[in-house]
This record gives sequence, structure tokens and C-alpha cells, in this order.
Amino acid sequence: MASYTDKAGRPIVVVTGMGLVTSLGQGKEDNWAKLTAGQSGIHRITRFPLDSMRTTIAGTVDFLSESGRTAPDLSEQLAQLAADEAIDQSGIGSKGNFPGPLFCAVPPIEIEWPQRRILAQEAAANAAVTYDDLLRAAETHQHGAWHERFLYGSIADHLADRFGTRGQPISLSTACASGNTSIQLGVEAIRRGDCDAALSIATDGSVTAEALIRFSLLSALSTNNEKPEAASRPFSKNRDGFIIAEGAGALVLESLEHAVARGAKILGVVEGVGEMADSFHRTRSSPDAKPVIGCMRAALADAGVSPDEIDYINAHGTSTPENDRMEFTGMSAVFGERIGSIPLSSNKSMIGHTLTAAGAIEAVVSLLTIQNGRIPPTINYETPDPAIPLDVVPNVARDAQVNRVMSNSFGFGGQNVCVIMTGEPA
Amino acid sequence: MSDRRDVWITGIGLVSSLGEGLEAHWAALNEGKPVVDETGFAPYVVHPLAKINFDSQIAKKGDQRQMEPWQRIGTYAAGLALDSAGIKGNKDILGTTDMVVAAGGGERDQSVDGAILTEIEKQPKPDVFLNEQLQSNLRPTLFLAQLSNLLAGNISIVHGVTGSSRTFMGEESSGTDAVRIGFSRIAAGTSEIALVGGAYNAERRDMLLLYALKHLAKHAPWSPVLKSANGVPTGSAGAFLVLESPEHATARGARPIAKLSGIWSERARRGDEGAVEATLATMIATARGDTAEGTAILSAASGAPEPTKAEALVLERSGLPVRSVTDRVGHGLEAQMPVALAIAALSVAQGRLFPPLAGETLEKPFDEALKRVIVTGVGHWRGEGVALVESVD
Repeated sequence: MASYTDKAGRPIVVVTGMGLVTSLGQGKEDNWAKLTAGQSGIHRITRFPLDSMRTTIAGTVDFLSESGRTAPDLSEQLAQLAADEAIDQSGIGSKGNFPGPLFCAVPPIEIEWPQRRILAQEAAANAAVTYDDLLRAAETHQHGAWHERFLYGSIADHLADRFGTRGQPISLSTACASGNTSIQLGVEAIRRGDCDAALSIATDGSVTAEALIRFSLLSALSTNNEKPEAASRPFSKNRDGFIIAEGAGALVLESLEHAVARGAKILGVVEGVGEMADSFHRTRSSPDAKPVIGCMRAALADAGVSPDEIDYINAHGTSTPENDRMEFTGMSAVFGERIGSIPLSSNKSMIGHTLTAAGAIEAVVSLLTIQNGRIPPTINYETPDPAIPLDVVPNVARDAQVNRVMSNSFGFGGQNVCVIMTGEPA
Repeated sequence: MSDRRDVWITGIGLVSSLGEGLEAHWAALNEGKPVVDETGFAPYVVHPLAKINFDSQIAKKGDQRQMEPWQRIGTYAAGLALDSAGIKGNKDILGTTDMVVAAGGGERDQSVDGAILTEIEKQPKPDVFLNEQLQSNLRPTLFLAQLSNLLAGNISIVHGVTGSSRTFMGEESSGTDAVRIGFSRIAAGTSEIALVGGAYNAERRDMLLLYALKHLAKHAPWSPVLKSANGVPTGSAGAFLVLESPEHATARGARPIAKLSGIWSERARRGDEGAVEATLATMIATARGDTAEGTAILSAASGAPEPTKAEALVLERSGLPVRSVTDRVGHGLEAQMPVALAIAALSVAQGRLFPPLAGETLEKPFDEALKRVIVTGVGHWRGEGVALVESVD
């Protein structure tokens, strides 16, 4: 009988259900087929007019009923679909009765332009419109539903109602590392014995015109607009920024003991999670990569494994000049000379950067990689960057036995979280 | 659980309309006069931040310029907390300090928004006009001053807290859960020291708008929330606590201000009649345990009518002495539970409860020695939080 605890004596945390939605499609099957075929989900934006925009491409999810509505509306639907799939696969609890807490990473939320415009029109100001006019319109009209919609907590609250998770859900953000943090919080809660199961979701349906403009003003986005599917070029010499995108990932986490007791199929083990904050700059990483190195080492230590035991890296790989160089520097320090020969790929080459959702989506893809013995490629790798020599599994998927994955996520605000996963409980 | 460790509060940073720091707050709480602005944001009432010299905690003007007021308030309060715990500038400790921040979002550029709204409906292509205006007029760095997790990011940059950094959103509950997760990790032995808290800037019309949509923003004149419960009187405030294991604190010669003995977060089904009352009563009973001796309740009630009436009813039934935090400093949304915890720790450290406020009829004089404070906070829309702070004997 295998042990239910890990080397450190903590409950082993396993994954028993996974779900995802990206610009490539809905569900694991569809996404996996397209990811391993090297297909891109990046396309010309149709959601809003593009006149005068420097970037005109994105990985928006345009095939859902809430696509093009508010960011929280679409984010909630994405999260719900991913979680539906994960819970279905897991078979845990019963319908509307999930036996554990919800940790939900959500994008920035605020009242949006359509609502502001309605309020301004209702206010019918004679002179220049100010927020006092909007306040007056809000007081004299019935827009109570917008209050709820634009609270940070409302996405997770609605999901908690739908899935019947326990207690007050935690809505969180660690920017582009949020997906990994949602997993980390679940892992910690199970290890502490607070619960036997947890639902970790990360979602982002926030590609509005203003969001695109904000990232564009920070010069973070690619302007390779001509051929959208070829714009995201992680680790290539001619990479020029990330592609903003939408999606959601969901994982059902459980203690191994709980999963075994109910006869659940185990999809993978979350062996370790590490984090370290960076105090260097609001948007840039420390050039010496120390926090990223510390974060990866913390994850390895938490998992109780050595760098030699990692045989695939699901890179953060955003396709920005700075991230990919810094990530290489960090990985080189952690893995030494071996870094050149460890297969590594960036899912973002195909689905773009799903921001808040990225970590959870990439965790799902990482476990699918282990399950299928097949590594999704880094597409658009035509011009290698000689400064960062890596085996990025260029352009074509590769069959390989993968036992243990490291998945990195880094974000604005000095956020770094690294997750280590394996297929079978030891 | 018996194998859980105690969690000490070894540092507190607090700024609000009553001033900055524990001494100023203790004096103002005893004086019993809330500071309110009933005209600047008419028709609403807000508790404005006391005059703060931000330079003393955020030395670089460049850093200050990169922040919106809510981030400055929070970064300042975090600095006070680190000072109070005696770990300011201690790179070894700050490099292992775990941070959990409760945050909302930052202020919009209201003049840019106003200018766009003034012209947009006259345009042949409103959406194109909008995009052009945003591209020309939004400050690039404003985005960073708005992102929820950039309060934590600024604390890392300004104060060097880098052990870990997590940001919770979700209004009042995020404040409860930020403290709860920091607490749980220390209690379980997976963290030794944590900086937890939040900040809120009430002096902004875009935030008032969110409440106003549901007709929940409190109109002037000011009135006590537990008695009247006719709207949320928002208040600018920032509060951070340094939580620490007794082993870690003792090893570096630090003394506890108080003990955080427990913190609980729940989600009543608000659609069900009596659900808030039942949930809160159960939570208070858990926190209270077997004794009411030397025990008082500090309420972080928002002032939103239904949940606050429910909270007031349960507080009255508890029979314990009650004080409203919101009456004194206003409601700081995500920051409200950390603010209430800071005042709770201050009160048990002083060993007595500050006097009742005129007009808040639920508040009765209490002259016994104060040993324990139960903090309650029912979210204006969702989420119930309760915590227990005790004196360290």
C-alpha cells in the first residue's frame, strides 16, 4: 500500500479533474489536439474597432454567449465551463455540492465604458460630464445589478453558488502568476488538513479595448499584426512582445487518501509549489534573475526533488524580449548546463498570454503532456535567439516520456510562482 | 487543533481619519469624535485620511508618483507595521516574510473619463473616438497604479518584503481571508512571519459610484451605523499586522502586542431568511468559547442596511459589550477587517475598552479589564468574518 503522505510527511495532493477553455476551443480534447498540431488561436480582433490601435491581434475567446459582454461576464462563463469539465471528470461530490473551498484567480474588474456611457446619458448634463453626474444618475436610476457585477468577489461568488463549494471563496490576483497561486492555495489548504479537496480556477476574459490600450501603452504587446498566428514567438530572436489572450483553467485538487477512498482516477500529483517576490521594479524582473531562481528552487525544495529529476519545463515564455531572456538566465542557474537539453515549450506561442488564467491553463496542459507522452511545441520558432540556446521543442510536437514537469509563471508586481507536477503518486 | 502554534501580533501599522500610529488612535478613540467630511463629496459622507507625511515611509518621490493614493496609504501603513515589529530594513527577515494583501482596484483618471463622456455621444463613431482618446490621454503608468496586486508590489519595492506575495480581492472578505491565510500558515508551521493587511482610499468618486449603483453610499449627515444602518460611510484607512510565531519572535527578542487566537471566514446564503444572523451567531460562539470574562466585540459592520441590521441584532443578543469600528474610522472595504484587528489588538494591549459613542445605543460602558476582543465583520454584499484577539499573559 503506497503512502498517503509525501517525503515531508504531508498529505500528497493529487489532481482528479481538469478543464480548460482557450481561444483554440473548449475542453481538453479539442485544445490538446490543436496544441499538439501546433495550431495557433491568435487572430485579428473583431470585438472592437481597431482604427489607430498599435496592436490589432489577440487570442480572444469569441465563441461563447458572453464573448464581447463585460470582462466579469465572460470571465465567469470561462471559469464555469472549465470548472464544469474538471468536476465532471473528477466525479467528486454531487451536482452543486463540491466538498471543499474555491480559490479563484480573477482579472481586474471595474465598471466599463458601456455602463459609464449609459449613466452619462441618463445624467443629461448641460456642461462637461463629471463623476458627480454619474453619481446622480446612479442614485436616481435602478442599476443595482451593476453593483454586484463589478464587485471583485462576484465571479467567485456565483461560481460558489453553482458548484456548492464550502465557505467563502477566495478571489485572488498575483497578476500573470495568478493561476499558479490558485493551485498553491489549494495545495496548502489540503496539506494543512483544512480540507480534503479544493477547486482551483483561474480565468481571464478581460480583453476590452481599454485593456489592450493599457498593455500597449506599457509597450508590452507584440505589434506583429500582419500574420496573427505567427506573432507569438517565445524564445525567438525576433520576439517583440506578448499577445493578450483569454481563457480559463480549472483543477480539482484532492488529498491522495480522499481520491483513493472514493476510487477516483488520479491524473497527476502536485508535488511542490514555490514563490518568491521581486523588489526590483513594478514591471521588470531583477536582471540577475535572483527571485526567479529562488522561486524555482523553492518549488524543487517543496517537492523534495533535485533539478535533475525535472524532464520537461512548461515555460512562462511570454515572447517579450525581457521575460524570455530573464527566464533563460534563471533556468540556467537552476539547471546548469543541462538547461540546453531539457525539452521546454511555451504554450503561449499558440494560445497567447492568458494573463490571470495562464498558470492554471498551463498546469492542465502540463499534466496532459505527462499523460499523453507528447510535448506540445513552441511554434513560430524560425529564428533562434543565440543568446538563449534552448531546446524549445520547435514548431512540431515531440513524443517523449515525461515524468515530472516544472511550470513557471511570473507577473507584474514582482510575482513569481513555480509548480512541480508528476503523473503518478510515488 | 492541539498541534497548532500560537500566532502573535508583533507589529501594527495603522492610518485612518483619526491619525497615524497606535498612540494617536488610542487618544482619538478615547476622545470619541469621528472625523468626517460631509461636504467635499456631497451628498455623501466620507472619513478623510488624516494628514500624512508619506516621505517618512516612502522615501523616494519617484515611488510615490508611481502609486495611486490607496497604494500610498497601504505602503505607508505597511512601513509602520514593519517599524512597529522592529524588522524594518532587516533584509534577512524581510526576505522570508510572507505577505498577504487585501486589495481592490485603483482610481481611474476621472478627468480623462469625464472629457470622453462629454464628447462621445456626439461622435459619428463613438468606439473609435473612445480608443483614440484613451491612447492619447491615459498615463501609461496609471495601469500599474490601478492593478490590485501592485499594492503588494509596491510594498516589495519600497520595504523589501519578498518572502512571498499574494493579493486577495473580493471586498470585505478579502481582508478577513488575507489575515486568515497568513495566520493559518504560521499556526501550521509553514511560515514564521507574515505581513497581512490592506488599504482603502475613500476619497474618490469612482468608488462611491460602485456603492451608489445599489444606493448604498451613505448620505450626509453622519450617523452611527449600528443604530441607523442607512448606508456605507466609507473611510480612508490602511492597516497592516505583522503576525509571527512565538519561536521566531522570541528568538529575535520581539514582544507580542497581542495574540491572534483565531479567524474565521464564512459565506451565508443571503437569500435565505435569517442566514446572516445564524452564521454570525455560530461564528461568535466559536470565537467566544466558554468564557465571556473580559470579552468585548468590535464590529466592522459596513452600514449597508440589511446585513448591518442582522449584525446588530446578533451583537445585541450576545450580551457582550460592543463598539463599532466603522463609526470611528468609516468603512474601508477590503481594509476593514485589518483595521478592526489593529484596533482590537491595541485595545487588549491597553487592557481596556474605549468609551461608547453618543448616539450608538448598542454601545454600553465597560469598565472591566479587557482581555479578549471578538471582531465581527459582515460584508456589505457577501461574506462574514470573525476573529478573536487576546492579550498575551
